[in-house]
Amino acid sequence: MENREEYKILNINSTQYKTKLSRKFENRTPFKPADPFMVKSFIPGTVVDILVKEGQELKHGDVVIILDAMKMQNRLKTHVDGCVKKINVKRGDKVTKGAVLLEMEKDISSASGESEGA
Amino acid sequence: MTLEKKIHELNEKRRKAMLGGGEQAIEKQKAMGKRTARERITELLDKDSFTEYDMFVEHEARDFDMDKKVLPGDGVVIGTGTICGTPVAVFAQDFTVAGGSLGLAHARKITKIMDHALRMRMPLIGINDSGGARIQEGVNSLYGYGEIFFRNTLASGVIPQISVILGPCAGGAVYSPALTDFVFVVENISKMFITGPEVIKTVLGEEISMEDLGGARVHSEVSGNAHFFAKTEEECFGQIRKLITYIPWDNTHKARMTEPAEPKPGYDIEKIVSDDPTMPYDVKDLIKAIADNSDFLEIQEMYARNIVIGFGRLGGRTTGFVANQPNEMAGVLDVDSSDKAARFIRYCDAFNIPIVTLVDVPGYLPGIDQEHAGVIRHGAKILYSYSEATVPKITVIVRKAYGGGYIAMASRHLRADFVFAWPTAEIAVMGPEGAANIIFRKEITTAENPEEMRKKKVQEYKDKFANPYVAAAKGYVDAVIEPSETRKMLLHALEVTENKSIPRPHKKHGIPPF
Repeated sequence: MENREEYKILNINSTQYKTKLSRKFENRTPFKPADPFMVKSFIPGTVVDILVKEGQELKHGDVVIILDAMKMQNRLKTHVDGCVKKINVKRGDKVTKGAVLLEMEKDISSASGESEGA
Repeated sequence: MTLEKKIHELNEKRRKAMLGGGEQAIEKQKAMGKRTARERITELLDKDSFTEYDMFVEHEARDFDMDKKVLPGDGVVIGTGTICGTPVAVFAQDFTVAGGSLGLAHARKITKIMDHALRMRMPLIGINDSGGARIQEGVNSLYGYGEIFFRNTLASGVIPQISVILGPCAGGAVYSPALTDFVFVVENISKMFITGPEVIKTVLGEEISMEDLGGARVHSEVSGNAHFFAKTEEECFGQIRKLITYIPWDNTHKARMTEPAEPKPGYDIEKIVSDDPTMPYDVKDLIKAIADNSDFLEIQEMYARNIVIGFGRLGGRTTGFVANQPNEMAGVLDVDSSDKAARFIRYCDAFNIPIVTLVDVPGYLPGIDQEHAGVIRHGAKILYSYSEATVPKITVIVRKAYGGGYIAMASRHLRADFVFAWPTAEIAVMGPEGAANIIFRKEITTAENPEEMRKKKVQEYKDKFANPYVAAAKGYVDAVIEPSETRKMLLHALEVTENKSIPRPHKKHGIPPF
C-alpha cells in the first residue's frame, strides 16, 4: 500500500492548505519558453534528408530537414532569419519529439553586409 | 429422421458451437488467467438467466482461404439475461475463435444485440477480448467497427452502456468502449491502446511494456479512460452487478427504489470536518455518514482524486454524489477533475439521477501547465453540465466555497434547487489571506509592521466574509444547517424535487466545451 498519510502544503491564493499532492502535480516539468533558433522535431520520426549545411544563411520559413513520420515527409522550417550553427543529426537518425535537430544563430555578417549594401 | 434424431443433431451442433475455438484454445485462454466468453456471461448474469442468440452464425469471407475456415459463432457470443432481476443485453467476444477478431458476421451479431437493447430499452454490456480487425476481411471489418460506433452514439444517454475489457482491445476497437458510459478493467488482463508497444518501438524507438502503456492501472490512474478497476474477473463482475442496481433501465425511467436504511453508526458527521479550512479530511467519510447504509459506489476512484464521484442512496433513491476531496490537492478543481465530474453530472442528468454536491473547494489550481492544458475550456465543462442538468440538484456547502469554484460547484446561480450550508461554510470571492492582501494592500505596505497589519486585516476579512451568512442574507443559500441535520435535509429535498420538471429552450443539442 502507498503511504496515505503524507500531507504536504499547497498554496492557493495565498492560503496554505495541508493536503496530499498528486503524482502528476509533483512531476510537472518547469516551463521553458521556446527558443526560435532551435529547430525541433514536432513529432517523433526519422530524418530522411538535411537540406542545409553548417554556416549556411537562412531566411524565416526555409525548409531545413525532411522528417519521415506518420507516413508523411514532414518539412521542418526555420522560425527566424539566421545561419546554421550546428546540425545535431544525420540522415537515417530516429528522433524523439522535441529533440533539437538543428541549432541556428543570429547571422551578424549578413546583417552588416545588408547595411553596407544599402 | 425422427424427432429424437433431429434433437440429437441440434444438441450436437450446440455442443460444437459452445466449444468455441476448441479445447486447446480454451486451455491457452485459461493459462492467461482468463475465462471463456460463455463462462464470463454465466458468472456475470443471474443464474440460468442467459439466452444465447446467433449461435450458428457463420462468416461468408472467401479471400485468403477463409472459405475453408470454420469459426464457431464467428468469435462472439450474444444474448439477453438478467442482473439482479434487471434485463440486460450482452455480447462477449470469444478470444478462442480466431483471437476474437472482428469480421463482418461478428460485427453483425454485435450490432444485432445493440439494436435489440435499444429497441427493448435495456442496459447493454459488452465484454471485449479481441485481437482487433480480421485483416482477411479487409474493409468489411472496418464497416463493422463503424456500425458499432454509430450505435454506441445513438444509444448514448438512452440506455446504459457498459464496456468490460477482459483482454486486448486495440486500435479502432477501443473507440466502442470510449463511447460507452462505464469502462471496467482488470489488472494484468485488460490491455487498451490505439497503437501497441511493437508499433511504438519500430516507429519511434521507444520501449514500453503493454501493462505500462495500456494496462488496467494506467487507464484507471493516468489516462482516466477506465471507471472501475478490479484485481480479478470475479471482482469485476461483482462491481458490474452492483452498478446495475444503482442505475435505471433506460432514460425514461428512474432507478429502482430500495428499502431506506440509516447510515452505519461508525461515521460521526460532526467529527469528520475540521473547522480550520486548511486542514484535510476524507470526504468519502462524509458521504458515508450521509448515505443509506453508508454504501457508496465510487467511480474513477484512482483518477483525479481531488474530486470524488459515485452513487449512493438517500431514503432508497439512487443519488449521484459529487464532492471536492480536501485530502488530495486540497480539493482544487483542475483539468482532470473537471473532466471527471462534468461527465458524471451529464450521466446523472441523462438517467434521471438526482445530484448531491458536497462543496469544500479552494478554487481552480494555479499553474502554467494547467493554463496551457486548457483549464479554461475543461473547467467550463463543470459549469456547463451543472447548468444544463434538469435533474434535482442539491448542494451542501461544508466549508470553503471560493471564487469560480463556488460558482462551478452547483451553486444557486447554476440553478441548484436547494443550497444548504454548514455554519463552517466560507462563501467568498477568495480565501481571507488572498483577499486581504488585495483589498488592504495600501494599509499593509504602508504600516509600521506590515506583517502584523496583514494578520489584522486577514482576521477582519475572516470575521466579515468567511461565513455562510452573507450569502444566506441574499438568498443564495436557502438554509444554514447543523452538520447533523444534513441527511434529514437531503431526504426532504429529494422528496420535494421528485416531480421536478423545467422547460428548456428548444435546441438540437448544445456545444459543450469538449
